Amino acid sequence: MSGPLDLVALAVFVVLFGLVTILGFIAARWRQGDLDQLHEWGLGGRRFGTLISWFLLGGDLYTAYTFVALPALLFGAGAMGFFAVPYSIAIWPLLFVVFPRLWSVSHRHGYVTAADFVRGRFGSRTLALTVAITGIVATMPYIALQLVGIEVVIAALGLHLSVTIAGLTVQLPLLIAFVILAAYTYTSGLRAPAMIAVVKDVLIYGTVLAVIIYIPVKLGGYGQIFASVDPSKLILPPLPKGGLGAQSAYATLALGSALALFLYPHSVTGILSSAGREVVKRNAIAMPLYAIALGLISLMGYMAIAAGLKSMPAYADGFKAFGSNFAVPALLLHTFPSWMVGVAFAAIAIGALVPAAIMSIASANLFTRNVYKEYINPNCTDAQESQMAKVVSLIVKAGGLIFIVGFPQTYAIVLQLLGGIWIIQTLPAVMLGLYTRWLHPTALILGWLTGTAAGTWMASTLSFKSATYVLHIAGLAVPCYAAVSALLLNLAVSVVLSALFNLVSRGPRRDATVAEDYL
Amino acid sequence: MAGKSRRRARLYHLLLLLPLFSLWVPFYNRIDPSLAGIPFFYWFQMAWIAVTVLVLLIVYRLEHRSGDKL
Repeated sequence: MSGPLDLVALAVFVVLFGLVTILGFIAARWRQGDLDQLHEWGLGGRRFGTLISWFLLGGDLYTAYTFVALPALLFGAGAMGFFAVPYSIAIWPLLFVVFPRLWSVSHRHGYVTAADFVRGRFGSRTLALTVAITGIVATMPYIALQLVGIEVVIAALGLHLSVTIAGLTVQLPLLIAFVILAAYTYTSGLRAPAMIAVVKDVLIYGTVLAVIIYIPVKLGGYGQIFASVDPSKLILPPLPKGGLGAQSAYATLALGSALALFLYPHSVTGILSSAGREVVKRNAIAMPLYAIALGLISLMGYMAIAAGLKSMPAYADGFKAFGSNFAVPALLLHTFPSWMVGVAFAAIAIGALVPAAIMSIASANLFTRNVYKEYINPNCTDAQESQMAKVVSLIVKAGGLIFIVGFPQTYAIVLQLLGGIWIIQTLPAVMLGLYTRWLHPTALILGWLTGTAAGTWMASTLSFKSATYVLHIAGLAVPCYAAVSALLLNLAVSVVLSALFNLVSRGPRRDATVAEDYL
Repeated sequence: MAGKSRRRARLYHLLLLLPLFSLWVPFYNRIDPSLAGIPFFYWFQMAWIAVTVLVLLIVYRLEHRSGDKL
């Protein structure tokens, strides 16, 4: 699609990818456990220490799509794209304070998913089902977007081998990558992405170091890079009259994304797989290292502007096919020697495999625990449960692949945007549930319904192109991330109705947990 | 559960609000003072990551000393 096939880059890419594949299968025997138990397959036996958890969470949250899409955002829209940095900052105090409680109560009661916890805390399997379904639906497009990351680098490598299956044209390398991913996730469970995450990070940090030192030197320093950006995009526009403009959009996007992050099933899986609550806390301290890498990586968008890639004929096809998402691959191709391009592209592709594996495992855990075992086969054996999860992990991934191949890419992007709005609606049940049982399950369900409907409606008025819906508060126009405004509505409904229902309902609530479980 | 870690919020836990200052956009939405050619908007937010790590580290240490864990 763009440029000739670069054999050196391709060779390095294939070797690294092969190495990771072998690791993925070996992982089954690492800290060996009985993979016929769901918590062994789907949570790595809850045995990951601080270091492995750090790699796993890093691979889980800072994904290939991030590495491609964030610089693309700065490349196209400027300062707005930098919201990922305050977002990355706000996450960690939250993880530090709130989520060790989830770890403790889950460890005590053998919970594998957030919905398991909600089931135990509020004694309502319907509420648990809403949490599970929201989690699965929000995760699917996320998996699809990871495959986009692989697709972009494969195209940039100059590989054009495609096959047509049942009327759908699939790039052969993407299909191979997908089959490998599915196979080792099936056999090794969460141990595979945990092990691969270490390799991925070595490659990513190596690439980042090379990028922040080498490219600015070539482009004449950071001052030169920032000087080449359109000054009106360099910072956010000043406050407009009678409103808060882009600034409130920036802040609420950061806040809403931070609140949503640890409600995603793959984040919960990352937390619950760690060996102790202290591990979760220590990770909250050490994780911001990734935020620094993220900030530096997003500046690659400006480097791509400074290098003048957009007007170069060599990359015209790539930009045409992938839009701004081609900025990072083009920058790497333009500045680095072939072998380094191979390393960087492998880092991106492997960076897609890790979260895709964790996400499919997390969705599989949710389906198995909170749909299959709860509604379909309550008397299933441990082995049946684990087997079910393995099969579902395959289905979820295949769904992601079909999504990317069979539909325009914008569908996945829209759904991922909606996913953020939807997943945050489980906050009252999951996060507030860690502190109080006062909220009534029926009120929580109605709050969830209200928030989900309102958020979806707000996005629909924006033709699903953006998530910042303008609120009018006392004559002031306040652009606000729809997830945040919908969450406020959800909270209001949950609290008011809980007060009401608690007044009329009799008898004690069925809470399987006690205060000490959370410590 | 006597002797197990107690749970009490202490005054120092308020430090954890400090990272959230990075959501106060009007404070840093400016070019100057720039640092080595990097506008304030960018280097301030990056620097605030370091502040966040520091805050978390301090709170973690203080929790261990006092035995009060959030």
